[in-house]
Amino acid sequence: MPFEWLVAVRFLREGRFQSLLIIGGAAIGVAVVIFITALVNGLQANTIRRVLGTQAHIVVRPTEEVARPQREAEPGGLVMPRVEARAQRLRSIDQWQPLVAELDAMPALTGVSPMVSGPGFAIRGDATKAIAVFGVDPPRYDRIVSLSERLVQGAFRVQASEAVIGKELAQDLGLAIGDRFRLVTAEGGTTVAETFTVTGIVDLGVRDLNRRSVYIAFRTAQAMLALPGGASQIDLKVAALFDAERIAQGLEARTGLTVESWMRTNEQLLAALRAQTITTSTIRVFVSAIVVLGIASVLVVSVVQKRREIGILRAMGASRARIQRVFLLQGAIVAVIGSAVGMALALAMTVVFLDVARNADGTPLFELHVSPWLFVGTALGAIVCGLLAAYAPAQRAAALDPAQAIRI
Amino acid sequence: MRNEATAAAPLVELAGVTKRYGTGTEVETEVLHGIDLVLRRGEFTALIGPSGSGKSTLLNLIGLLEPPSGGSYRLLGRETAKLSEAELTRLRGRTIGFVFQFHHLLPAFTATENVLMPGLVALGPATPERRDAARGLLAAVGLGDRLDYPPRKLSGGQQQRVAIARALALSPELVLADEPTGNLDTHSADDIFALMRAFNRERGTAFLVVTHDPRLAARCDRVVELVDGRIAADRPNDAARPR
Ligand SMILES: Nc1ncnc2c1ncn2[C@@H]1O[C@H](COP(=O)(O)OP(=O)(O)OP(=O)(O)O)[C@@H](O)[C@H]1O
Ligand SMILES: [Mg+2]
Repeated sequence: MPFEWLVAVRFLREGRFQSLLIIGGAAIGVAVVIFITALVNGLQANTIRRVLGTQAHIVVRPTEEVARPQREAEPGGLVMPRVEARAQRLRSIDQWQPLVAELDAMPALTGVSPMVSGPGFAIRGDATKAIAVFGVDPPRYDRIVSLSERLVQGAFRVQASEAVIGKELAQDLGLAIGDRFRLVTAEGGTTVAETFTVTGIVDLGVRDLNRRSVYIAFRTAQAMLALPGGASQIDLKVAALFDAERIAQGLEARTGLTVESWMRTNEQLLAALRAQTITTSTIRVFVSAIVVLGIASVLVVSVVQKRREIGILRAMGASRARIQRVFLLQGAIVAVIGSAVGMALALAMTVVFLDVARNADGTPLFELHVSPWLFVGTALGAIVCGLLAAYAPAQRAAALDPAQAIRI
Repeated sequence: MRNEATAAAPLVELAGVTKRYGTGTEVETEVLHGIDLVLRRGEFTALIGPSGSGKSTLLNLIGLLEPPSGGSYRLLGRETAKLSEAELTRLRGRTIGFVFQFHHLLPAFTATENVLMPGLVALGPATPERRDAARGLLAAVGLGDRLDYPPRKLSGGQQQRVAIARALALSPELVLADEPTGNLDTHSADDIFALMRAFNRERGTAFLVVTHDPRLAARCDRVVELVDGRIAADRPNDAARPR
């Protein structure tokens, strides 16, 4: 073993109790950092997944032609916000077909789905429910919101007069697969009524959506909503979630259409997530600082205790730089062992936590994603902290006057 | 490193060497006042003198552990004042071995590892040959059966033997020993002294040994006496000379 390694390892082994203390300290620090990071990342990813599971990342709509106050004065209050925006006369996006082709070619987008949507009523027997009609192309729409994965019953198939409906709506109207109901719309001044067969029942995870969503074929919706050949919006999915706003702004500037990203429509959620991230970062910084100070103080004491040995080694021809490295190495070794133990500890803590803290329905709070990069990053961070902690003690050790050290 | 000039030069050449401590402060004191001293190769010299006379200080200067405040110090013909810190460190590691008063072994290492340490510093990781040599040295100082003992399990005399083996590990030109027998009983002291004398004869290693024991001083080739930071006497000891 090279001189520096041998001496560093032996010095650590010699000061057994001190070494165990700082390794323990480093381990706890690393465990806390990883645990908090995994926890917050897991919860945040979960929240985002839930919110975005039923939303497009970006929605492209026609340019608005009337001011908002007028629109809000219109009678459309009985449907939900998403439909509310469409309470005015439905319009199509100009030249949407070439735009879709263009969007299809953008590598930053993983899903492009034109849609015709508008308000309507679902009627069965005596029951009438206000609903939102979504005319979609299933393969395309699946890439935005995976209805196929959310099916409770049936299939995501919407040919001619077939419809996929939300779970609550199916209950409200007493509909099962194969049952028929009437869909009534009143766009463009004329009332259109058609009979549809239920081919699929979906659970969108949000009661409101389950109560009012009716998915039908794109072309059928064009006819029912008096928008022949048109598309009222284009839903987009992006590869990198947090690029959504940038991409949306770019598209808006280029096309002149109204383009909104999930980051804008969920500003409050985003602000809350950011605050959470800042909090955890602060905790991480402080925990690291405490670990660094702990390692540093123990090493400073060790330098004082080892003055003689340092003097002897210098007398034997070990340079200042090598003595410095002996102590830097001790910091790094403590950090590496500490972070290995800390990672194991963090993993155990997370597994136990996930076992104890569960959702109301007994499912885990979030899925544990142990990214190898979290470990690599933490290990590197720990080594940097270890070297940082060892820096001042190593300087002191190197600066020691061998003649004085030997006289003691 | 050893060219014609250095081969002919004396081992150690001190001329007008002074040492001051606390320079520039109120407690500035001069400990050594103009020391002139030449040590030749293979010479076994005793350094005697009252406590506080500057013996350890002189040893530290010769051992390149601290620089003189004034005067000239040539080691193997090279003016040490002109050498960089790195060169001094290397020169120290290869030419000088130390035996300290309180048998300063490294407590975290076994006897063999202590003897291997100078080689580890100067030459890199230990080779099987160097291990054999270290064991041979320990056997030569009578510790063949204590090779893997840590220092704390050795007696004072045994520790000092290990220290001597360590000082000789790289076959240095000069061994500086500061009261190597200072806290040993008479019997062990005689043993240690005999051991150093034997190495001096067999290998031609020069020794500068600080001692308070007149009996031991009488067995050296030469006795230098330091009083109040000055050389008060420097006499050959013909009676002790071999041959
Ligand atoms: N770092 C220092 N600063 C100030 N004075 C010092 C320092 N080191 C040594 N001295 C002084 O130098 C003088 C000589 O000390 P030194 O240790 O060389 O004496 P010595 O001859 O080895 O004595 P002893 O026989 O007791 O070991 C002493 O008066 C001591 O107090
Ligand atoms: Mg002394």
